[in-house]
Amino acid sequence: MRYDLQVIASWIEPGSRVLDLGCRTGSLLAHLAERKSIIGTGIEIDEDAAGRAIAKGLSVIHGDIYEEIEDYPDNAFDYVILSQALMQVLDPEILIREMLRVGKLGIVSFPNFTHYKNRFQMFFTGRAPMSKELPYEWYNTPNIRVIPIIDFRRFCKHLGVPIVKELALSTHHHDEQGKVINFLPNLFATFGVFMLGQAR
Amino acid sequence: MSEYVDQIETGESVGLVEKRFFTFGGDEPLELESGRRLGPVTLAYETCGTLNADKTNAILVCHALTGDSHVAGVYSGNEPKPGWWNIMVGPGKPIDTDKYFVICSNVIGGCMGSTGPTSANPETGQPYGASFPVVTIGDMVRAQRHLVDSFGIDTLLAVVGGSVGGMQVLEWSVRYPHRVHAAIPLATTTKHSAQAIAFNEVARQAIMADPKWNRGDYYETGRPEHGLAVARMVGHITYLSDESMRHKFDRRLQDRVELSFDFEADFQVESYLRYQGNKFVDRFDANSFLYLTKAADYFNLENHYGDGSLVAAFSRASCRYLVVSFTSDWLYPTYQSKNMVKAMKKNGLDVSFCEIEAPWGHDAFLLPNKRLSDLLSGFLHKICLHCRIGAHDEI
Repeated sequence: MRYDLQVIASWIEPGSRVLDLGCRTGSLLAHLAERKSIIGTGIEIDEDAAGRAIAKGLSVIHGDIYEEIEDYPDNAFDYVILSQALMQVLDPEILIREMLRVGKLGIVSFPNFTHYKNRFQMFFTGRAPMSKELPYEWYNTPNIRVIPIIDFRRFCKHLGVPIVKELALSTHHHDEQGKVINFLPNLFATFGVFMLGQAR
Repeated sequence: MSEYVDQIETGESVGLVEKRFFTFGGDEPLELESGRRLGPVTLAYETCGTLNADKTNAILVCHALTGDSHVAGVYSGNEPKPGWWNIMVGPGKPIDTDKYFVICSNVIGGCMGSTGPTSANPETGQPYGASFPVVTIGDMVRAQRHLVDSFGIDTLLAVVGGSVGGMQVLEWSVRYPHRVHAAIPLATTTKHSAQAIAFNEVARQAIMADPKWNRGDYYETGRPEHGLAVARMVGHITYLSDESMRHKFDRRLQDRVELSFDFEADFQVESYLRYQGNKFVDRFDANSFLYLTKAADYFNLENHYGDGSLVAAFSRASCRYLVVSFTSDWLYPTYQSKNMVKAMKKNGLDVSFCEIEAPWGHDAFLLPNKRLSDLLSGFLHKICLHCRIGAHDEI
């Protein structure tokens, strides 16, 4: 399982209720169900991925996360997870508020855009950076926004959403190995993982 | 459900099956939703697989509008046509008869062995005809419950069905919430749209406009074959899709190279519909068609159980759901499945939903489809683990 997902999994209390937005084929949900006896649900827009997750015996809704998250009652979940999908989200403010409406805690992970390699690439080549974490050209990327770790912190402040926990990681996005970056994370981390609490 | 489904064999067949009959309500007739009473009631049914010792591995399969109890296997060694869901039900198949005990019964109001308008009215000895009481999906399910009771089965592992069968699945899950672990409604709706009612009404009018219908009293005088064939043609169109008809027929001509300039069947699609209509007449009863379409039109889960609110209706339910729709189904489009999923989520029910990309229209649930097979087998396997069903080895 991806390293950022391992980190997320380590933050989940056993037996809790989890909603995984953009769950793909459900590897995190399956892991959590097996290791932590959670009650999980996923939402996934891709038919093939959603179908494969359901065929694993997971509870998954095939659909758009904005539409599908609306139907859940307040605090229906203990955790609502959005892993490596925030870059593709049209209105992060609405989605994060919805996540913290239906869940007591939200967990968000994303590739850190201001990683030093991206900065070097932009500086020396003058071109839009491409990396292992963001492996797309400007014309074919599904990502509609770039997210530096420090900007995400400012965004949470703007929303009035408390950051309960955060970790900066250095790992390739498919790697199962990685390490925690404590020194200048906005420069050296390839990923940020945040746990968000409900706004007071 | 249509007749054009080519049965592609996957895996083993359940082999020989036998149509059986279960009769109840001789002393105490079934009270119908209309207020009328019906009894005795006979259900034609078939089973495959083996019921385990603690009777926890039973799956009820509900057939669609004009289907029957013959869900899988064959009646004899030299019969070519297997049951209508032979691709899905059998050893090693998604509804695995090595693990599960499968029950499929013909609904009341039908004409495949269950009590319906063709049955003799015990008071007169003559076929009920149009004097048969109007039955609802709820009535059909209550009759099925008597059959399930007769096996001593307290809780069904799952209830599965597509189209009007899916309505029965939804009805089961809401009417008898504690008797169903899991419900799998496929290509279905909680209530007919005006469009679906409209098509059914055209079909009924075709039957009733046939002079041979004779207000339902035709069993002595000859059946309204033409009306029933036209009714079937209307229905059949709604089971397909624009794309599937274009693919299958386009504007190709039938047995000719130029237009006839008369009212012969010039086009393949005309010829096909005429063929399907005529074939249907051989096996189905016109009055039954009237009753069954009416039952489907009357079905309204939110009105019946939720005073108009689907969320309130599903507040009664407690089972796990797997809801499936198909992209090209214009009879029960995806938005209708999404509505039921929404109401289930609002009730905190455990639900999975998948809209399967399929060009073949409403009938897609009857056709071989790997996605559907995988969804069903994975979902049922999980339910089985959840209920700790050991299946065969525990028998």
